[in-house]
Amino acid sequence: MPDDLVFMMGNFEARIPQDRVYSKSHLWLMPGEDRWRVGFTAYSVRLLQDVYFLDWAVDPFTQVREKQKIGEIESSKALSDLYAPSAGRILEFNEELLNDPSAINQADNYDKGWLFEMESEVQWLTPAEYLQVLEDGWEQTQRIIKGQLN
Amino acid sequence: MADKKLTVVISQAQGKNPAKRELEESLAAALLMEADLEVSLVPHLYDLSADHTGTLFLQAIRGDVVVLSWLYPRASHWVLDRLDVRGREGLVLLKEEIDEAEEDPEAAESTSVPYDNPERQKSIPDRKIYSIDLRVSSSPDDYLTEIKRLSQDAQVQTFQLGNMLQETPRPAQLEKYLKPLDIISAQKMNGNIAEADQLEPTKRRWYPVIDYGLCTNCMECIDFCLFGVYGVDQGGQILVEEQDSCKKGCPACSRVCPENAIIFPGHKTPGIAGADGEVAGLKIDLSKLFGAPDALEMAARERDVELVAEGRDAVGLSVGIPSRLKVSQSTSDELDDLIDSLDAMEL
Repeated sequence: MPDDLVFMMGNFEARIPQDRVYSKSHLWLMPGEDRWRVGFTAYSVRLLQDVYFLDWAVDPFTQVREKQKIGEIESSKALSDLYAPSAGRILEFNEELLNDPSAINQADNYDKGWLFEMESEVQWLTPAEYLQVLEDGWEQTQRIIKGQLN
Repeated sequence: MADKKLTVVISQAQGKNPAKRELEESLAAALLMEADLEVSLVPHLYDLSADHTGTLFLQAIRGDVVVLSWLYPRASHWVLDRLDVRGREGLVLLKEEIDEAEEDPEAAESTSVPYDNPERQKSIPDRKIYSIDLRVSSSPDDYLTEIKRLSQDAQVQTFQLGNMLQETPRPAQLEKYLKPLDIISAQKMNGNIAEADQLEPTKRRWYPVIDYGLCTNCMECIDFCLFGVYGVDQGGQILVEEQDSCKKGCPACSRVCPENAIIFPGHKTPGIAGADGEVAGLKIDLSKLFGAPDALEMAARERDVELVAEGRDAVGLSVGIPSRLKVSQSTSDELDDLIDSLDAMEL
């Protein structure tokens, strides 16, 4: 397995493992037999930090559209709605996280901190493409953080 | 001079929420006891039409005025401005608590300069309008304390500024504006404060309000709105010309405005309803990062819904979409600082 790619967020190294694919909305997707396991990238987790609340707005086996709202997340510094990364069907949520969302943290986000599993037919981003998305989107991320986009 | 009295106007909530009514009534009752205050009730500011007695009353007020309403102060100020009730923004200390980190001047920094219209500047009288949001506290005492403080300030200033030349209100205006006061006085006598039904009724309205303190006159709103809401005055300044052509519930032009200068006071999103600075509570909203449709996309979608409802064709992103998205010239140092500041924020 090649080394992780790295995107520098200021002084922070956001790792991008090359054993999986990615969505533009900063999720990783690991292929399973008939489904994708989905979780937050290190980049997402770094922006969120200390997630303490996670709530899903849809039930397992729900058919979703791309960008359909599927849940909410709140951390000590941020909150966000969560959206389906593509059209498809949500199959299962990570039950562990519902009791204790702290597994969505730096150490476990690519592993135990997975969020949900879904079926999807779309073409995801390669690690290199995702790295490019991060580089291209950095300006805008900054502006979102500064709250200057309406 | 009677003008030394600070005028306090309570603008009622829409609907009949008993908790809101109670706060309005307790405040009115308490303020009536203050000798140096003139107190009056008007319906919800946003719903006042140009010829409503409440509007005429507001227009007839000379001198400083405190307006208590169920609106963000910025929304209140510019709704009043639209009603031709103008003045400088008075400093109110009773407001929504904003976290220290968000008062970082850098975050509030704006590189855009508002459109300068000397005619407009001339139309702003030298008096202050203090807008207070009634959602900030549920305790009447908090408002009383602040209003007393403002009252003292106002008197000192009136003294220092000396005689402000003001035209006398026309008798017709006076007659109308006295009416709400009479209602309150009458109610005071029998210990029962005015009810909404006794003011001239209003109907719910929906239209954009321009914050001319932010507007750069870039014309993106007039290009975007396909319902003819916006127009331009003789001096070339953007204005809300046909407010009743606006589509109820649609805030699309506000999303398109690069300066966040378009307020829809009734919208559920604080940033659109006129909240200051950073919105969405006190936390950073990362929804856009995680795949929320962006503002333009959302605006185009909202506009399409209204177009289709009128039997017109949806236009998507093909008409009136600004070519903006200025790229800020940030250095990597700034980016480092930004990320480091995330750590420093104790939200």
